[in-house]
Amino acid sequence: MFEIVRKEVLNPSVSLMEISAPYIAKKAEPGQFIILRTDEKGERIPFTIADFDREKGTVTIIFQKVGASTEYLDTFNEGDFILDFVGPLGVASHFENVKKVAVIGGGLGTAIAYPQAKKLHSMGVSVDMINGFRNKELIIIEDLCKEVCKNLYTMTDDGSNGNQGFVTTKLEELIKGGEIYDLVIAIGPLVMMKAVCDLTRAYNIKTIVSMNPVMIDGTGMCGGCRLTVGGETKFACVDGPDFDGHLVDFDEAILRSKMFKKQEESARENHRCRMEGMNNG
Amino acid sequence: MADMTQDRVEMPQQCPEERRKNFDEVALGYTEEMAVSEAKRCLKCKHKPCMNGCPVMVKIPEFIALVAERKFEEAYNKISETSSLPAICGRVCPQENQCEKHCVRGIKGESVAIGRLERFVADWHIKNGKDEVVLPERKNKKVAVVGSGPSGLACAGDLAKMGYDVTVFEAFHTPGGVLVYGIPQFRLPKEIVKTEIEKLKKYGVKIETNMVIGKVLSVDELLNEEGFSAVFIGTGAGLPSFMKIEGESLNGVYSANEFLTRINLMKAYKFPEYDTPIYFGKKVAVVGGGNVAMDAARCAMRLGAENVYVLYRRSEEELPARLEEFEHAKEEGVEFSFLTSPEKILGENGWVKGIECIRMELGEIDSSGRCRPVPIEGSEYVVEVDSVVIAIGQTPNPLIKNTTPDIEVNSRGCIIAKEKTGETSKVGVFAGGDAVTGAATVILAMGAGKNAATAINEYLSKTEG
Repeated sequence: MFEIVRKEVLNPSVSLMEISAPYIAKKAEPGQFIILRTDEKGERIPFTIADFDREKGTVTIIFQKVGASTEYLDTFNEGDFILDFVGPLGVASHFENVKKVAVIGGGLGTAIAYPQAKKLHSMGVSVDMINGFRNKELIIIEDLCKEVCKNLYTMTDDGSNGNQGFVTTKLEELIKGGEIYDLVIAIGPLVMMKAVCDLTRAYNIKTIVSMNPVMIDGTGMCGGCRLTVGGETKFACVDGPDFDGHLVDFDEAILRSKMFKKQEESARENHRCRMEGMNNG
Repeated sequence: MADMTQDRVEMPQQCPEERRKNFDEVALGYTEEMAVSEAKRCLKCKHKPCMNGCPVMVKIPEFIALVAERKFEEAYNKISETSSLPAICGRVCPQENQCEKHCVRGIKGESVAIGRLERFVADWHIKNGKDEVVLPERKNKKVAVVGSGPSGLACAGDLAKMGYDVTVFEAFHTPGGVLVYGIPQFRLPKEIVKTEIEKLKKYGVKIETNMVIGKVLSVDELLNEEGFSAVFIGTGAGLPSFMKIEGESLNGVYSANEFLTRINLMKAYKFPEYDTPIYFGKKVAVVGGGNVAMDAARCAMRLGAENVYVLYRRSEEELPARLEEFEHAKEEGVEFSFLTSPEKILGENGWVKGIECIRMELGEIDSSGRCRPVPIEGSEYVVEVDSVVIAIGQTPNPLIKNTTPDIEVNSRGCIIAKEKTGETSKVGVFAGGDAVTGAATVILAMGAGKNAATAINEYLSKTEG
C-alpha cells in the first residue's frame, strides 16, 4: 500500500498527488512512468512521473479526470492509500549536446514536460517553455514552470489569459524571430504533438514526444501500447515513452487511442453509481 | 490384483453448451469413489516407468496405492515430498506426453489417469486436509527469486523448506505469473493458485508484488545492497511475438498476452464491475495452434463471440496444443482452419473488418522435424472478422538482460543456464523456466525451479559467511 502524502487540486479537472514510494523515488528519472491501481477492481493506469524527491522517498503524479478510473482516483485524499504503485517504467529521457531547447506542454502534458524542463535547466541548458491550455481556468503549475526555464510562454486557445494562440503559433513566432533550438520536446494531446512535429519538420529541428497509449503491464508483456515509429512496431512501455516525433505514425496512434472509448463511457456510468452508493458492485 | 478394466474412469465435466457461457472450471474432478476405482487400475510396476516421465519425479505408484487404500491425506503428503504445486500440475500438466505416456496400462487400453488422481488428491487436501507446517532450522541466508510463476514458486518453496529466507519479487500486483495472467479461470481457478501461494507463505516465503526487477532494483543491487546471497531468475517468456503483417495495429487486434491478461488477471470478463475493458467482436480470428491459442479462442467464445476461428498454418497432425484442449475447444464451437496462414488484416476506419489468408500445403520436412507449410499460389481468401488475437508465441523479456549485461543470453534472448543446476554466467545467479527455454510448460518450469533450489543450496553451503 502506498500513502498519498500530499494532494493538491490544480484546476477543476486536474489534481496532483505526492505518493510515498521510496524504492521508486530512488530510481525515478524524467521521462519515466509509473502504473497504479487504486483498489482490487481497478484498472492499471499509467502516469508519467511529474516529479520525485529521493530524500523524502516520494513520487508525484499529476492527472486529469478523463474517465471512470481517474475520477475515482480523485476521490482519494491525503492520508489515503493506493493499493498498487509500480515503477519506474520506461526509458529515462536522454539529453546530450543540447544548448537551447524549447519544451512544450499541452494541457496536462505540461505536468510531464515540467520534469524534463527541470532536468535540462539543472544541466545548464537554456530552456524556453511554451505551455498551452484551452482557457485560463485550466492553467496549471505556472509558478513551478517559471523556475525551470529562461522564458515561459503560457498560451490559451481563447486568449483568456491575454495570450491567444496555440503552442505552435508561439513556437513558430519564436523560430521566425530568430531563436535557434537544437531540440524541441513536445508533450500533450496526440493532435498537439502531431502539429508541433509538422512544424518542426519544416524547420528541421529534432523533436522528442512522449507517448502515453493504452497499456496493461508496462513491462513489454501485452503489446497493447504498440505504435509505429519509422515503419517499425515499438512498445511505448519499454522502447519509450519518448520517441523521435518525426518518425511517429500519429494518425495510427490517434485511431488506436479510441479503442476502448465505448467501454470507457459505460464504465463512467457504472462508477458514478458506485461512487453514489447506488450499486454494490 | 489390479482392476483390469481397459478404460479409465471418466471425469465429470460441465457440458459444452453450458460451459461456453461461463468462466467456471470445465473439468469437475473425481469423487472419492471414482478416484479409488481409478487408482485400483494401477499395476504398481516395480520399475515405475511413469516416474521417468515426470520432471519433478512425483512418487506416482506410491501415491496411487495410498489413494486405492483411501488414505488421501497420506497420498497428498507423498506427492508433496517432490512437488510443491500438485493442485496446479494435476490440472495443467500435459500428462499424456509425460507420466501417462509411460504407463504400462496404456499399451492395451488407456493409461492410468495419473493427472486426474493427482488433482483429486490435491483438491481433497485443500478441502479436508490440514497443513502441518514444520518450519526448518533457519539458515540466516537470503535468496531472491525474481518472478512468481511456476519456476519461481517451486524454487522458493524448496528453498524455504531448506531454511532459507526467501523473497519473491513479482512485477504484477498479483503473484502467480502465467498461472494467473495466462491460463484462464476455466482451466485453472485462480483460487487454487492463491491457496498454493498461501501455503508457501506459511513456510516463510515473502512475496513482494509491484517490483519490476531490472527497473526498481537490479540483480546487482539485490546481491550487493539488499543482502541477498543468491538470485533465481524465473521471469518467464512474456514478450509477445507479432506476425509483422499489414494491419496489425488496427483496433481489435490483440496479442494473446494482452487478450488473456485483460480477461484473466484484470477480470475484464466482469467489466464494468471490474474497471478493465475488453473490446471483443462477434467474429474472432485466433492465429496460432498452441495451448495459448486454445485458451484465447475459448475465452472469446465465453465473452459471447458468435464465431471463433482458429487459423493454423500447419495441419491438425502438427497442432502443438494438448489434445484435450483441442477437443474441448471444438466441443465449445470453436472452428478450426488448418493449413491457413494470414497474409494481412483488413481494416475500415481503423477497425478490423477481415483477415486475408492464404491456403498452405505441406512441403518437405524442416529443421523442426515437421513438414514445412508452403503457400498455394492464388489461394488467397478473406474471412470476415471484427477482432484478431495473435497467439504465435512469446519470447523472454529483456529487462533483466539489459540491466545485467554479465548474464549471458542466446540469440533468441533466452538466458543461458546449465540444465541440471540453472547456473548462469554470473556467480550467484541461477535461472530456469521459460526465461531459459523459451515458452514451454508449467511442469518443466517447476522442475527447473526445483533443480535450481538444490543447486543454490549447494552453492550457499560452499560459500560461508
